[in-house]
Amino acid sequence: MEKRVQFRAPLLPWLLIAPQVLVISVFFFWPAAQALLQSFQIEDAFGISTQWVGMENFNRLWNDASYLTSFKTTAIFSLLVAVLGIGLSLMLAIFADRVIKGAMFYKTMLIVPYAVAPAVAGVLWIFMFSPSLGVVSYGLGKLGIDWNHLLNGSHAMTLIVMAAVWKQISYNFLFFLAGLQSIPKSLIEAAAIDGAKAWRRFWTIQFPLLSPTTFFLLVINMIYAFFDTFAIVDATTHGGPGQATSILVYKVYYDGFKAMDLGGSAAQSVVLMTIVIALTVVQFQFIEKKVNY
Amino acid sequence: MNFKIAAVALAAAFTVSAQAQTEIQWWHSMTAVNGEWVNDLAKEFNASQKEYKVIPTYKGSYAESMTAAVAAFRAGNAPNILQVFEVGTATMMASKGAIVPVGQVMKDAGYKFDPTVYVSAVAGYYTAPNGQMLSFPFNSSTTIFYFNKDAFKAAGIDTNKPPTTWPEVALAAAKLKASGHKCPLTIAWQSWTQLESFSAWHNVEFASKSNGLGGMDARLKVDSPLHVRHIENLANMAKQGLFIYKGRENVPEATFISGECAMITTSAGFYGNVAKNAKFNYALATLPYYPDVPGAPQNTVIGGASLWVMAGKKPVEYKGVADFFNFISRPEVQSASHKRTGYLPITTAAYQLTEKSGFYKEKPGTDIAVQQMIRKVTDKSRGIRLGNYVQIRQIEDEELEQVWSGKKSAKEALQAIVKRGNEQLERFEKANK
Amino acid sequence: MVERSPFLTFLGHAIMILGVIVVAFPIYLAFVASTHTAQEIVQAPMPMLPGSNMWETYRKALVGGGYGAGSTAPVAHMMWVSLVTALVITFGKIAISLLSAFAIVYFRFPFKNFFFWAIFVTLMLPVEVRIGPTYKVVSDLGMLNTYAGLTIPLIASATATFLFRQFFMSVPDELAEAARMDGASPLRFFIDILIPLSKTSIAALFVIQFIYGWNQYLWPLLATTSEKMYPVVVGIKMMVAGGDSQNEWNVVMATALLAMLPPALVVMLMQKWFVKGLVDTEK
Repeated sequence: MEKRVQFRAPLLPWLLIAPQVLVISVFFFWPAAQALLQSFQIEDAFGISTQWVGMENFNRLWNDASYLTSFKTTAIFSLLVAVLGIGLSLMLAIFADRVIKGAMFYKTMLIVPYAVAPAVAGVLWIFMFSPSLGVVSYGLGKLGIDWNHLLNGSHAMTLIVMAAVWKQISYNFLFFLAGLQSIPKSLIEAAAIDGAKAWRRFWTIQFPLLSPTTFFLLVINMIYAFFDTFAIVDATTHGGPGQATSILVYKVYYDGFKAMDLGGSAAQSVVLMTIVIALTVVQFQFIEKKVNY
Repeated sequence: MNFKIAAVALAAAFTVSAQAQTEIQWWHSMTAVNGEWVNDLAKEFNASQKEYKVIPTYKGSYAESMTAAVAAFRAGNAPNILQVFEVGTATMMASKGAIVPVGQVMKDAGYKFDPTVYVSAVAGYYTAPNGQMLSFPFNSSTTIFYFNKDAFKAAGIDTNKPPTTWPEVALAAAKLKASGHKCPLTIAWQSWTQLESFSAWHNVEFASKSNGLGGMDARLKVDSPLHVRHIENLANMAKQGLFIYKGRENVPEATFISGECAMITTSAGFYGNVAKNAKFNYALATLPYYPDVPGAPQNTVIGGASLWVMAGKKPVEYKGVADFFNFISRPEVQSASHKRTGYLPITTAAYQLTEKSGFYKEKPGTDIAVQQMIRKVTDKSRGIRLGNYVQIRQIEDEELEQVWSGKKSAKEALQAIVKRGNEQLERFEKANK
Repeated sequence: MVERSPFLTFLGHAIMILGVIVVAFPIYLAFVASTHTAQEIVQAPMPMLPGSNMWETYRKALVGGGYGAGSTAPVAHMMWVSLVTALVITFGKIAISLLSAFAIVYFRFPFKNFFFWAIFVTLMLPVEVRIGPTYKVVSDLGMLNTYAGLTIPLIASATATFLFRQFFMSVPDELAEAARMDGASPLRFFIDILIPLSKTSIAALFVIQFIYGWNQYLWPLLATTSEKMYPVVVGIKMMVAGGDSQNEWNVVMATALLAMLPPALVVMLMQKWFVKGLVDTEK
């Protein structure tokens, strides 16, 4: 993880790092500390009557059956999103790398969805899958599948996984494509001359050389699945039916924004943050060792 | 010389007073057509006088706007007027020091405040136990019943005698199903229409302490025999394919417009949409009830939002707010608003003015909502004001969905609602000591 | 690739087409929706082919028949706000991240790891969760309703630093060694060698940050108290009627597509640089 060659300068690194440290101190750490402090308090919406309650907000979480269920729901959701997101985009990138005719067209079409604002994306998905109005649910009905994500928990989960993965495919695809195209052709050719088939070439050359990209995307996708998917659930299932799609982050935002329960929301944020930090540390400790720079 | 100085001084005085127009910041959540309505109200008021300028700003959905206001208040720059949805009423009320009661604002500005000019079911909701009006009713709607006349005709149901009771609704649904209709009945805003309004309509308690109007120690009472009976009926209808669940909040409304579902209970504000987009004959009717329950039908409860006045602003601004509220209470303004948006008129005078203009005859059904509200309210039907109500609505949605999908019985679900809901109420009580 | 296998070529095209259909379908749908009238869309199922209402809808979106009696002015101004915001965020973030990543990768100084993790942790708590206190800070600094208030808090996260770090780690050590042996100062190395090498990564990040800044909704909503400072994404939400009144879905979709044009343009134009930029990241 360390470069072999490093510069020695007494003051310079501090100067270089100062702007970012300044910005994040004022605009991240200070507000974040205050937000997290709220996890130890119960207050009314306007902060007029604030009481210090120590660990009560946290204890309430552990004693809440629905909170504990949402751990499981979140785990399933995040795993599916990360695996499908990375897997599908990798596959698309591999074939995009091979195909010569129409490459520009394919690449553009696969990248443009990245420009869609999350607010609009949620609306589009509901449009397509609405049991009454949606074209996709209509089509599924013709195939004999009675799509109803309003009452069927698995359908609902499928819906939010699809919406979440869709948003990430463009992003992942780009990074993978770039990674693949950076592998010197000479390596591939040499392997082909040695008689290695496409599949073998992939596993012995391309995949290892893609590892920095894969690692980066693994971390980013995990963070995305845990933190940025609120908007999707909010636009589509609202955590329902029942609590089938109630992922941890949904409850955080719901409590913080709609329900104005800032203490509860802050406590949940602390829990969520701890999980993600733990997962990231694990990734850096164990997986980065396998990354070839 | 003196003349010149006097002239300059006079000119300066005029300039200063002309620029001393006090700005009144109004944060709202009205979009599209309703957004235009808000802007027009402000424009008309601003044109009618020179001292104050009301500046409406769209601040996102009700939830987003509230978040913005909370953040702004904590930072010391709250708006003067904030539009808050009815579900957030308890939160606003309980934050003593964050708001100034409307009654107080009007009184301080010298307006004589007469509570009787207001439709009691509308204003009563926003009034404190001691009779003081806390917020200004702005866009209020209530729950009514819509049905598809063409579908009824095809099923052989007499469209001149629409179903008024739940047994009649079930019968109509069965006939519709027999004639091949896939979705006889659906429900929007299920907690509002089937639990809250349902309770008031039947003059039974939704929660103790007059549904929360009497104090923060109110607790839910929706596991009563009547409630269980009703939800069980709906569950049975769901099992038989007579009632199809089409989603939370107002999502099911689209299925009525498209003709997919033949009957729906939802907000009176849905009327504008139906009038514009439905390609079939439709009619409005009162919310169904159970005829064997004494006191039914009583009145339905309010939905929509009201305007709250935030604390901590300059005294001159409060006078401007009072002037503005006075302006929009005028019967002509009220009546025009009501006709334009479908929201209820707040004063009886406005209702009468609208009636006299023949509006209700021209657009049949538009007075049903008012009819349901213009009654003398009881302690159990004045409205519901509970803390953490946003979460409680979410809980109600979650539990009812489990009933519709057959996972829980009506009794189990309602008891779960009471248990989980009461936890929320206790927490609210604690947070607002 | 190397061998010409007709099967693999066919498979490749098939998968690509399938991928494009799946990924681009929602956008196609939005386009179709914007070419019909509101009533047509609401009747299920929605028609799949473009309708005849396109000009009317787009005229409405631009001229504002649906929302407010306003003219093009609101939409045009909102696009301007979006543009300035997106550009400031993009340039700001790239600038400070380049400096920080350089320091972290190429220097040895006390607490280096601490700073790296401190910067990295900013990814773990998204803006929305700390939005109330952030608002207070911005308000206390008098930055509400300013471009500074709209942009600086959003510069505070670490994606760019992380990406530059990955890139710098993969730059061959020989280059730095050579620079040292030539007696060049670290800054010289940075400006003359590292930054030119990073040109393509910078282009890549430009696209990502531009879209990120362009699509912001919640923060601008809170951080401004005047509708004059609203970016275009907020404008779209203003048109989507919630609750009781009806949506003019076709106009909403049209506006959404219009709002998507600048970022999509950025993506397409920078595509060459973009892909090349990410390529160099992994060298």
